[in-house]
Amino acid sequence: MTTSTVPAHVEHRANPMQPQPFRVRKVQNDTHDTFTMNLTPVDGGAEFKFQPGQFNMLYVFGVGEVPISISGDPTAGGPLVHTTRAVGTVTKAMRKLKVGDTIGVRGPYGSAWPVEEAKGSDIVIVAGGIGLAPLRPSLYYVLRHRHDYGKVVLLYGTRTPSDILYRKEIEGWRSRFDLEVYVTVDRAIGAWHGNVGVVTNLIPKAPFDPLNAVAMVCGPEVMMRFTALALQKRGVTPGRTYLTMERNMKCAVGFCGHCQFGPTFACKDGPVYRYDKIRWFFGKREV
Amino acid sequence: METLEPYLAEHPFFRGMAKRHIELIVGCASNVRFDAGQYLDKEGEEANRFWIIRHGRIAIEIFNPTTGPITIQTVGEGDVAGWSWLFPPYVHHFDTRALELTRAIALDGKCLRTKCENDHELGYELFKRFAQIMEQRIEATRMQLLDLYK
Ligand SMILES: Cc1cc2nc3c(=O)[nH]c(=O)nc-3n(C[C@H](O)[C@H](O)[C@H](O)COP(=O)(O)OP(=O)(O)OC[C@H]3O[C@@H](n4cnc5c(N)ncnc54)[C@H](O)[C@@H]3O)c2cc1C
Repeated sequence: MTTSTVPAHVEHRANPMQPQPFRVRKVQNDTHDTFTMNLTPVDGGAEFKFQPGQFNMLYVFGVGEVPISISGDPTAGGPLVHTTRAVGTVTKAMRKLKVGDTIGVRGPYGSAWPVEEAKGSDIVIVAGGIGLAPLRPSLYYVLRHRHDYGKVVLLYGTRTPSDILYRKEIEGWRSRFDLEVYVTVDRAIGAWHGNVGVVTNLIPKAPFDPLNAVAMVCGPEVMMRFTALALQKRGVTPGRTYLTMERNMKCAVGFCGHCQFGPTFACKDGPVYRYDKIRWFFGKREV
Repeated sequence: METLEPYLAEHPFFRGMAKRHIELIVGCASNVRFDAGQYLDKEGEEANRFWIIRHGRIAIEIFNPTTGPITIQTVGEGDVAGWSWLFPPYVHHFDTRALELTRAIALDGKCLRTKCENDHELGYELFKRFAQIMEQRIEATRMQLLDLYK
């Protein structure tokens, strides 16, 4: 299984449940329901270190706390970046925050994408919807260490063209010669000239060597189920396929048991899991 | 004259098919190209061909009078489009339109149906391949209906 770490700077904190105040430096609307915030510590603090795939607990004071993956560049330093879809009580309140407001941050928590172990392999990143956000740090990492990897392929599916996250950035990635980017949408009316169909349609023909590829998958659970199967059909083994499990969590450090997923806790054994380790209970309704 | 046989034999749809079957099929084949925006098939018209796509991309569409064309799926290099020629009354259920310059091999459905009647082994080979495509499309359609990216 991937490394499940509570980083030293969190473990040694007097109270791991205590959020640190961060200031909102920038808010950008990505799509009609998603937004990206840049945060910096109110007290100036040290640079925020994390591994691609890890998440923070973000506390909108007086409203509540939710787990949100870090979507920024793990090698760049600079502000902490989170991309969030406004779906319910906390995330909708978060969306109302303005530059200069404060938010509580605990973390980083959880396991990471296997970007180190995957060196020497082809990389296939399969993202569905907002699932691109937790994968973006691993793409940044791989592109920063581009010569350590074989082919790098991003397959991204969304519902409609207007749901495409990081549109400008994807256009930039597309123009690179060392990265293959394929985008597909479920539904398109009018001016869309790109691919239409579910993201799994892209897997059979994507240019990677299935026997030497590591796949990282993030999206809604049902999408990940079908993606894992399509990857397997292509020849990527479950031992080389990684996916993230989003479970509701409270403490995020393995105390409360809220995020139990089979014999594991998604907050510390996940959210990134190797598929062969969870295959027997992944997709079971009771889990 | 250059024959289409090597193209057919190399295309993923026909890969592994016996040479004698490819030779029979090539007799029903012609080389075609479409410019961006050009229709390959239209809903309601007689379905007497299918397309082996060599380059480019086409959209399978349905026309909604209030909103215009809705793309159901796009297919491209290495794919096959069209199976209405297999089933009576041989009528297209969707529009098919090139999204960019597309090169394809057109296969005459009537010609192939006759050959399949005369050579059931050829028919079985072709039907196995079409059944696989249908299975993939049904699976993809079901996933689309699940609203995967909610
Ligand atoms: C490890 C991990 C990483 C995550 N990373 C991200 C991330 O990077 N970005 C991101 O956006 N999310 C991420 N999530 C999901 C995020 O944590 C949840 O979306 C968030 O907790 C929802 O909190 P809320 O209070 O806004 O919603 P709640 O109020 O708790 O609502 C939860 C669910 O109920 C539904 N709901 C709420 N209100 C209504 C309503 N009025 N009508 C209909 N349905 C409603 C919503 O659809 C939602 O799915 C992650 C989750 C985990 C576990």
